[in-house]
Amino acid sequence: MADYQQMWANLGMDLEKHDVLCEVLPEAFGGVYLTQQDRPKGMDFYDFVVSEIHGVRPAEMLQHQKEGGKVFGTFCVYVPDEVVFAAGGIAAGLCGGSQFWVSGGEKVLPANTCPLIKASVGARLDKTCPFFLIPDMYVAENTCDGKKKAWEILAGEVPMHIIDIPQMKRERDVAAFAAEIRDFIGVVEKVTGKKINAESLGEAIKLINNKRRALQRVYNARKASPVPISGKDALLVTQINFYDDPARAAQMANNLADELEQRINNGTGVFPENAPRIMISGTPMAIPNWKLHHIVESLGAAIVVEESCTGTRYFENLVDETASTLDEQIRALAERYMKTNCACFTPNSARIDDIIRLADEYKVDGIIDTNLQFCNLYSTESYLIKQVMTERNLPIIHIETDYSEQDFEQLRTRVEAFLEMLRK
Amino acid sequence: MIVIGIDIGSVAAKGYIISSGSHHRAMIPTGWSPREAGQAIIDQLLEASGLERNQVEQIYVTGYGRVAFEHADKTVTEIKCHARGVAELYPEVRTIIDIGGQDSKVISTGEKGQVLDFAMNDKCAAGTGRFLQVMATALGLDVSELGDAEDPRQMQTISSMCTVFAESEIIGSLARGNPKGGIIAGLHQSVGKRVAAMARRMGIKEQVAFTGGVAINPGVKRALEEEIGTRIIVPQACQYTGALGAALLAWETLRRDL
Repeated sequence: MADYQQMWANLGMDLEKHDVLCEVLPEAFGGVYLTQQDRPKGMDFYDFVVSEIHGVRPAEMLQHQKEGGKVFGTFCVYVPDEVVFAAGGIAAGLCGGSQFWVSGGEKVLPANTCPLIKASVGARLDKTCPFFLIPDMYVAENTCDGKKKAWEILAGEVPMHIIDIPQMKRERDVAAFAAEIRDFIGVVEKVTGKKINAESLGEAIKLINNKRRALQRVYNARKASPVPISGKDALLVTQINFYDDPARAAQMANNLADELEQRINNGTGVFPENAPRIMISGTPMAIPNWKLHHIVESLGAAIVVEESCTGTRYFENLVDETASTLDEQIRALAERYMKTNCACFTPNSARIDDIIRLADEYKVDGIIDTNLQFCNLYSTESYLIKQVMTERNLPIIHIETDYSEQDFEQLRTRVEAFLEMLRK
Repeated sequence: MIVIGIDIGSVAAKGYIISSGSHHRAMIPTGWSPREAGQAIIDQLLEASGLERNQVEQIYVTGYGRVAFEHADKTVTEIKCHARGVAELYPEVRTIIDIGGQDSKVISTGEKGQVLDFAMNDKCAAGTGRFLQVMATALGLDVSELGDAEDPRQMQTISSMCTVFAESEIIGSLARGNPKGGIIAGLHQSVGKRVAAMARRMGIKEQVAFTGGVAINPGVKRALEEEIGTRIIVPQACQYTGALGAALLAWETLRRDL
């Protein structure tokens, strides 16, 4: 790894503590990722990004700031990145996915807060992640009570803009979200000092759509049997797309998709054709949370699709590119984002329809519906999902877990028993 | 044909050896090394049966220690093994409640002992043998003494499901001079409530069997019966059903391959 010590020191990071993280990550990544057989060549780029995870992209962001650009940190797939890029800014997904940061969050948050929020707050307060220290502004939202209140704590640290995400999807809610996007445009213009017009927003819409199209290609390849890429690798691609440069992200995902399509033509895969095909549905898995994927795939089953924010919810729908005026574009953005189905909405039967559709498209043998510990929304919704899937004879298991390793053996037993049921 | 089934749990390792016409079983504390415990079980089974290691055709291993044990021909989850073991002893059973040292499970089974669905406690000691062990220590008892020491007539309800909070709650209860037997009945009730809730969520079909080390404790059986509202069967060898299931699964595989 290149030497980033000076850069980290300039950011005011806690270098001693950060060294601990830098020491454990390569080993964890090696054990989970590099032990896999027949990985696509296209994964080399993502392996490289992980090997320099706190160096290469943060350096680009700092260079961007040096040249007068602004960086916005985000925490949710409902934040329209298009607005930020239209103003020449960089948007980067920040969610924390490591147990390493949880204790830092627990210093200020109640114990019954989900690990994603704890890790995100801890990463900032402990100053052990450059991504959390670089942004000029955090763009947050109110998709759950835990996040809503955590932002009030982080607002003491960094300028914060909150987007009010509707809780229902009536016409007036879509209109309200369009108004939020309009406000957000004003905020971004003020921070960047750049006006957003129909031309720049139109280009940004195409830029982000292209990234979505590339990810859709990678996911489409996973519909094949044998599956040409592991669930772990596909998850890593999505995770890195949250903060990589969107044009490069699209290019890399397209390169990977080319290779996967070639593999399909040759009939080669990374799991035997008869390996159980599993869908993961539920809460996001922020980098470096690979825990459940690793357990499932180590037991010989292939994860072929994630119905989650680090999966289909991130890229499934495109923004209408034919919108030509700013008003039309704002409306098109609102419509696209309101198609995403998160458990923070009610009613949310469209999410169940998504799961049914994905199970069919990806020829899924069983569903592992999972949520991070203390995520009330997704864990409550799991009851309804189980009812519907059971009616349709689709085997399903619900797993609640966090970032720690302590339930690893228990989870292994549960997943293994679930696979035994599928294989009989 | 000779097979062995081993269930290496967090507290105890159990084993069954089955040969045409006879079977033997053995149990030892798992201790710190699941690997050594598994080996010791094999040695004991061979000694009890008078058979030699090279006569054993298949060894199936289950329980949390299954991954560490290298002499397994196959590893199977305890969920499948308990289902198979109980089906052999009580074919009418459709729901199995298994409470072991570190987890509790509810298994819904079909007519042939196949697993239809199951539920397992999330990462938390509430409703497990570990919970009772911590509480027994707080009460100055061994976990094996709890069953006989309870007095349900003087029931002291424990409101905390959490092992940490429940421990301070019973210390407080003792300090207020409440009878020990009543506190213990309250602990059993707490485990019963917790596990019954998990069972109800999955759906309870009769008959119901109760297995695992905690099933030895008649107080927990009583509490579960009260909570679920049905009679529960505790197999005489309630700790061995997983090992029995593993041995039977090994036996069936061999027979199929013949």
